[in-house]
Amino acid sequence: MRLTDEEKAMRDGRDGPAVAKAMDLLIRYGEALGAQGLVETRNVCGTVTATTPFLRDFAYEKGGLDAVFSEFNLDSSEVVPTPRVKAFSSHLQLGFDPHHPAEMGVSDEIVQFYKRSEAAAARMGVQILNTCTPYQVGNVPTRGEHCAWMESSAVVYCNSVLGARTNTEGRESASSAMVTCRIPDWGFHRDEFRRGTLGVRLEMPVESVEDWGLFGYWMGEWVQDRVSVIEGVGPVPNLPRLKHFGAAASSSGGVEMFHLVGVTPEASTVEQAYGGNRPTDVRPYGPKERAETLARINMTGIDRKVDYVMLGCPHYTIEQIWEAACLLEGRKVHADSALWIFTPRAIKEVATRNGYTQIIEAAGAKLLTDSCSAMSRAVPPGTRVAAFDSAKQAHYLPAILGVQAWFGTTSQCIDAACTGRWSGA
Amino acid sequence: MTGDEIITIRGRKVVPGVAEGEALVTTEPISGWGGVDPRNGTVVEMRHELRGQSFAGKVLVFPGAKGSSGWSAQFHVARLMGTAPAAWLFNQMTTKVALGTVVTHAPAMTDFDIDPLTVIRTGDWVRVDADAGVVTVRRARSPCAAK
Repeated sequence: MRLTDEEKAMRDGRDGPAVAKAMDLLIRYGEALGAQGLVETRNVCGTVTATTPFLRDFAYEKGGLDAVFSEFNLDSSEVVPTPRVKAFSSHLQLGFDPHHPAEMGVSDEIVQFYKRSEAAAARMGVQILNTCTPYQVGNVPTRGEHCAWMESSAVVYCNSVLGARTNTEGRESASSAMVTCRIPDWGFHRDEFRRGTLGVRLEMPVESVEDWGLFGYWMGEWVQDRVSVIEGVGPVPNLPRLKHFGAAASSSGGVEMFHLVGVTPEASTVEQAYGGNRPTDVRPYGPKERAETLARINMTGIDRKVDYVMLGCPHYTIEQIWEAACLLEGRKVHADSALWIFTPRAIKEVATRNGYTQIIEAAGAKLLTDSCSAMSRAVPPGTRVAAFDSAKQAHYLPAILGVQAWFGTTSQCIDAACTGRWSGA
Repeated sequence: MTGDEIITIRGRKVVPGVAEGEALVTTEPISGWGGVDPRNGTVVEMRHELRGQSFAGKVLVFPGAKGSSGWSAQFHVARLMGTAPAAWLFNQMTTKVALGTVVTHAPAMTDFDIDPLTVIRTGDWVRVDADAGVVTVRRARSPCAAK
């Protein structure tokens, strides 16, 4: 790989041992990819805190939080002092909500350990956003901006909706980018990777948040990680729709970028979206595909008695919390069911000012932050059957926790929480 | 008795080093987070053809990585627990598989002259010399074929 003088200086230790280790990891990673060089990035989303007993034990045995950062964030068995970040860096979601450890089955000792690591992350200069949707709470990259983000649903949003440029990074590469402002110049950083190679023709209106999730789940299964060009989009989809669409497509497939012709920034026209590529295949999406996808997502749903409803995957927007609060106002969650809603801390603050948190809590539901059931593996005790308005959560939770999953609209989910029964499809 | 059958495949180094072991072959991509359990080095993904099988110390031959951005972190933990593969052979390059193989420090190769999925079978003995770009597959010759 070609390195600039600045990059060689970082590799050779000018900026201290942690930066040298980070540059060493980025060079090994770039060479593995076959990248020609590194690209500058000043926008990183990753994970640097520690939330598991395994990491706690590692810290106790090997030299504290510096040892955790060295090993798990820089791939260095040599313990080096944790440096300050150079890039604007945002923390992603965690393995639990530290404000509600009891509900999530987390011991007080682990919460105390996490709080130390959160304080250390803040001292590094990492923004404690603690969400899978950093683009909702202060990190909206500009079109063309080179980023180094983890979290598949955020990556697909960053590339497709915002037109910024990121690959799906991992814990070690994102952390190394935080302290060097570099990432391999490969994949979605380069024009040729971003162009469509195959297409979808919408043959039915795709309008609601549920519609977009079903369409995304169908598309991901088909295209896997190829870049698709979607024609025939009706009403312009808003943030919750595109957030759900990308999350679904990156769960069922590995979609990191899509083009909605006439909507997304690199697809003003079909020609621009393909950028000279000839589509290898173009498939229609219509009522038959939608119905089959709904049946597939609901494959594990058998019993209609619903023990648990989870909303907020990816983390809810304030608009979605408003909608949920309106649907819940004056009602009660059924005695045999539970309703948890996940959102970023910053949006919960707004929800509280607007009175939505109080409405949600008065109904017997919870507004939680920092995590979700898939990340935390936490559901209310005794949960056998769960309902979601997110195709991603319905995809992961049966595999992770062995629960049955129902997928439907937000309204169907809230009805299920209040009646204890699934009445949707 | 005839000698073992030897097959040689050439490819590009992804992670340097030399290692050998028994092959574990799958035509299905592998998920990290939610797909493997690093505590015992097994595939746990529902409906995966390797579900329940261990990759610890094996030469893992697979198409590529899929799923969450937690891919590298899972195999990083597997290395520390001694359950990571001894070497990796895969076809499709992604950031997930690149970073994940790098942090296991185990030799890895891609860009082959012959697709390893078509010639390597589970149980073959495989030597991966990533530095030289050579994979050597050794298989006991079938007594029927030897006639």
